[in-house]
Amino acid sequence: MSLFNFLFPPRPKTAAIAKERLKIVLAHERASRDAPDFLPSLQKELLAVVGRYVHIADDMIRVTLGKTGETSSLEINIEIDGAKPKDGLGKSSLFTGAAAKSG
Amino acid sequence: MAKVIVITSGKGGVGKTTTSAALAAGLALRGHKTVVIDFDVGLRNLDLVMGCERRVVFDFINVINGDANLNQALIKDKRNDNLFIFPTSQTRDKDALKRDGVERVLDELKKTFDYIICDSPAGIEHGAITALYFADSAIIVTNPEVSSVRDSDRIIGILSSRSRRAERNEPPVDIHLLLTRYDPERVARGEMVSVDDVSEILSIPLLGVIPESESVLRASNTGTPVVFDAESPAGRAYVDAVARFLGEQREMRFLKPERKGFFRVLFGRA
Repeated sequence: MSLFNFLFPPRPKTAAIAKERLKIVLAHERASRDAPDFLPSLQKELLAVVGRYVHIADDMIRVTLGKTGETSSLEINIEIDGAKPKDGLGKSSLFTGAAAKSG
Repeated sequence: MAKVIVITSGKGGVGKTTTSAALAAGLALRGHKTVVIDFDVGLRNLDLVMGCERRVVFDFINVINGDANLNQALIKDKRNDNLFIFPTSQTRDKDALKRDGVERVLDELKKTFDYIICDSPAGIEHGAITALYFADSAIIVTNPEVSSVRDSDRIIGILSSRSRRAERNEPPVDIHLLLTRYDPERVARGEMVSVDDVSEILSIPLLGVIPESESVLRASNTGTPVVFDAESPAGRAYVDAVARFLGEQREMRFLKPERKGFFRVLFGRA
């Protein structure tokens, strides 16, 4: 390190960091801005229905609306790996099988 | 045809009222009959910035409720005959700003004024939405700083989905970017996002760049819109922005650090 840099340490160029952070957060927010308002309640109701059959945590379901080119898609991800069937449901329950397969 | 212009930003403290006062006075100086309306119900401040706080008798809400007529509430500026101030109410009832009442008042103002400037409150609540709803043009006041840029993007989204023009599928609101409190020296040092960066991120046309300037505080101290201070960099930058708004070509100034002369260094003033 030169004596000049030692005496006057260069300050980091934080503006570039600000720009990058803004680009990322705005790309994300713009994508969700146009999402219809029903998504949160759809997610809640799906969670309630699935929850009637298996033990499921709030963060085990994700509902996203995607768009690639001309086609829009509604993607529903329900993670049931390790989910325990609720009492009263027989061994033959569909969910037992699904849980085993998804491991 | 009268034009309704909303001055908005999402974030507070970026210079909406300063800009409303400066642009209204700038348009009046160019010979256009202009009224500037304070939409910040409960936090009236435009009157102070315009220097007419002791002349307020009736306000926007009084007129909406039919307790006063427009001529009783409009305050004529003492410096320019084309300029009028329409103060808001200090009531704490934010919902006093009813959309149909606002529409009626704006339609009445459109008969006599060329430009109607709506000074929006901060946020994205009722007052801010009402201020932008009837807009033909919008000026997004942004500081070169992350939270301001993000909030500007949010308000741009709201303008393109929730304004009357959007709801009626009319031609969209004409949106402009006004970057304020710009410090070219900090930009040169890589400490502040540049005007090019902000324009690129928000991707709306640039109306002007107002440099950080001591004259802005001096102007609000005395209740004089900063365009009346023809010497100040901020005043000149606002005059340029008004000219661009009217369709003229003006080169952007104050984008590069100013070379300070010997006396400026010794007695530094902006």
